[in-house]
Amino acid sequence: MSDIPKADELFKSIDYNPPLTGWMETPVDFSPGHWCYPAKPEKIEYMDKKLPGLWGEPRKWLPSDADWKLPANWKETVVNGFRERLKKFRSLQLFMDICVRCGACADKCHYFIGSGDPKNMPVLRAELMRSVYRGEFTVAGKILSKFTGSRVMEEDVLKEWFIYFYQCTQCRRCSLFCPYGIDTAEMTMMARELMHLVGLNTNWIMEPVSNCNITGNHLGIQPHAFKDIVDFMVDDIEEVTGRRVKAPLNEKGHEILFITPSGDVFADPGIYTFMGYLLLFDYLDLDYTMSTYASEGGNFGSFTNNEVMKKLNAKMYAEAERLGCKWILGGECGHMWRVVHQYMDTMTGDTQWSGMTTPKSPVTGTVFDTAAATKMLHITEFTADLIKHNKLKLDPSRNDHLRVTFHDSCNPARGMGLLEEPRYVLKHVCNNFFEMPPATIREQTFCCAGGSGLNTDEIMEIRLRGGLPRGNALRYVQEQHGVNLMACICAIDRATLIPLADYWAPGVTISGTHELVANALVLEEGEVRTMDMRQEPLPGFEDEDDDWTPPTKEDA
Amino acid sequence: MNALYSLLFVFLLVLIPLFGVDAAHMRTFFGVCIPTTAFIIFIIGFVYKVVTWGRSAVPFRIPTTGGQFKSFDPELFKQNKLDCPQTGAQTFFRMVLEIFAFRSLFRNTQVSLHEGKGHPVVAYKSSKWLWLFAITFHYSFFIIALRHLRLFLEPIPFLPVGALDFVDGILQIGAPVMYLSDVGLVVGVLLLLGRRLVLPRINYISYVSDYFPLLLILSIALSGIYMRYYAKVDVIAIKELTMGLVTFHYVVPESITVSFFIHVFLVSTLMVYFPFSKLMHMPGVFLSPTRNLPNDSRAKHHVNPWNDPNIKAHAYADYEKEFGVPMAEAGLPLDNPENGVPKDEAEA
Ligand code: SF4
Ligand code: SF4
Repeated sequence: MSDIPKADELFKSIDYNPPLTGWMETPVDFSPGHWCYPAKPEKIEYMDKKLPGLWGEPRKWLPSDADWKLPANWKETVVNGFRERLKKFRSLQLFMDICVRCGACADKCHYFIGSGDPKNMPVLRAELMRSVYRGEFTVAGKILSKFTGSRVMEEDVLKEWFIYFYQCTQCRRCSLFCPYGIDTAEMTMMARELMHLVGLNTNWIMEPVSNCNITGNHLGIQPHAFKDIVDFMVDDIEEVTGRRVKAPLNEKGHEILFITPSGDVFADPGIYTFMGYLLLFDYLDLDYTMSTYASEGGNFGSFTNNEVMKKLNAKMYAEAERLGCKWILGGECGHMWRVVHQYMDTMTGDTQWSGMTTPKSPVTGTVFDTAAATKMLHITEFTADLIKHNKLKLDPSRNDHLRVTFHDSCNPARGMGLLEEPRYVLKHVCNNFFEMPPATIREQTFCCAGGSGLNTDEIMEIRLRGGLPRGNALRYVQEQHGVNLMACICAIDRATLIPLADYWAPGVTISGTHELVANALVLEEGEVRTMDMRQEPLPGFEDEDDDWTPPTKEDA
Repeated sequence: MNALYSLLFVFLLVLIPLFGVDAAHMRTFFGVCIPTTAFIIFIIGFVYKVVTWGRSAVPFRIPTTGGQFKSFDPELFKQNKLDCPQTGAQTFFRMVLEIFAFRSLFRNTQVSLHEGKGHPVVAYKSSKWLWLFAITFHYSFFIIALRHLRLFLEPIPFLPVGALDFVDGILQIGAPVMYLSDVGLVVGVLLLLGRRLVLPRINYISYVSDYFPLLLILSIALSGIYMRYYAKVDVIAIKELTMGLVTFHYVVPESITVSFFIHVFLVSTLMVYFPFSKLMHMPGVFLSPTRNLPNDSRAKHHVNPWNDPNIKAHAYADYEKEFGVPMAEAGLPLDNPENGVPKDEAEA
């Protein structure tokens, strides 16, 4: 990270004036730092066995090389794939035809705001694809190419796609502002599907995809290691609360299957959120189990193609059936919830077993009709309902050392409409809650700039640039209200927001929502806690217990 | 450059009938053949495109949501029924506001960077100019198009044509009545055009195909205004011609002057151009899957016509075969206990 400019230098380098050359003539920068590493050939080989024909030739290549070792018939493959998808997705067909280039979306993208690169304006990002559509598939584009901004598919065009469609986090902020709802995220998905067909991919997506398929989670944690980690967390919970919680794994005959993104199992600060879930469920004596086989809620398939998205999603219902669970409770995750909410039932609903029922809280009796088809409930819905019915004894003052703001994750915000439940939960578990400026939250929320498979260090500068809008809003509440913690409901956020905050708003830490729930949860009358879930002393208890060691994660 | 090309095109288009009609005496050609052909191309092209859209599938419900969804407790968490609709009726109103009030565009903001005290500031402010320009332009255009119906209908219905005439002409300046919509259209086009020329980013993304329709519409408006207020064309004769077009009894009265042919030729060009261009956003706005679908896919089952039933999850049985031994050691339950026995032991 040494060659990354300081925050104020980076800020000064942003220029919103486009270059003098037209965009088709402006060359693309292929130097390292502008792209994620391509997938290791063995990952592709593995996936090609599972879903043949979608991946091109497995091979070693680098975007900085002149020769990307494309297959001989690459052009045909891409153009035919394009044609096929125009039929399969009205969104694609329509969005190719109706953009008026009004520019309303231009300054809505965090990558444009932080870089000033015109090809990061959603309208131009989509034009990278639309120009080819017009040149290859429309009469007007074929005859009047100069005048209509058309071009034919060429190697340079495909290379440009690779750079810019892996500089879009599919956050959909552009779509909110477009007068026709043109969703550049949708086009990014299609462009990535097409690139996969000829073997253009990134390792940070393909390795999780193949891991999810083999081990059930994106980190490749094997079942016994998974259990070890959970056991460590159980120990830590005992350390903090004195209570030894149950953490059922792969057990049959429970009512609820709990699935969370595996980022929560693996890394700081996700593990504290995971401990929060465990503590809450034990407190409620919930009849549930987790699974090592379905141990990933996040769906990395949605960053590659429809087929993988479906394949990975299907394991949730498969496991519910094997274990005999009636409904599924889902943890805090962004893209997992976009997939669960908008795709799951349509894709894999027919694989639901007959014993599944509309989620009903065993504690409050509330029936969640909103999830009648998927049978899958978001944990903040579940917890908000508990709080509303007074089923949780909470002591929000345990979070008094925290001044909290909330980051809406793009997917639940713009692909679902889950805005108030997490806020409701947060406001009940902490006394100091502050909103960031309205233009940066709720449906207008800004991306963490590491979603959709871009959460990798080789493109750190791009991520930090894209993180400017979020970071700046955070800095604002930090100065106005002394905010020192940003809560979120997404595992990718919990990973990506940390470097972002360190860079743009140093001093702010990141947490999940249920970590704060666990802090506030009063397990029994008169319970005294001296430390929070991170085993850091609560105010007034600073002297004790400061000799703890962090949990080991080597086994992961 | 792109703007200049477009201007040049439009000039050429004006010259064609200007010389065509006078020099070549092709009045029937310009008065009847061209507009009829253009109209047919317009209809066929328009329908063809819409049918093409209709034939591509809508596999998933992917509405972009702008507000709270319908929660388990509608009182505690109020649903934003317009931006996060869950029923057909709610979705309908979302679309009505999209189509008639350009609601998404109304939301537009503008970003700017500032040097704050000791650290940078990214600011956003509401920016409704584009909305204003667009709405002025589109409503004027729409009203003018409706007003033209008086040329094609006999008798002229009061609603909406006569009523529009009345309201539109309220601002009476001189005679004949000066229409607000005429002013609106010209001003709207000029503002949209100006925006494209002046704002560097918008200029950067503009092609000939962005300037051309604006200039073409401007020339149509100007030729119409010229006819009405300056050349004072023979409206009765024009109505004779237009009624002839719709009743297939073609007549081209002698008293019609060249300015009318220019106007008609430009309109014909627009009709031909329409189905092949971005102007198809007009029907397209109705079909956008991120706007016209209810946000209910977690509550209701929908069907993806090309869903592939052969794609299945990696089977648990295979998973257990692969990891059974360490699973057994870790005390995790197994479906098939044999999977928990290490290979060498099993063979021994
Ligand atoms: S806002 Fe929509 S129509 Fe306007 S340029 Fe962007 S994608 Fe195109
Ligand atoms: S989806 Fe998000 S990242 Fe992609 S172009 Fe739109 S605003 Fe930018």
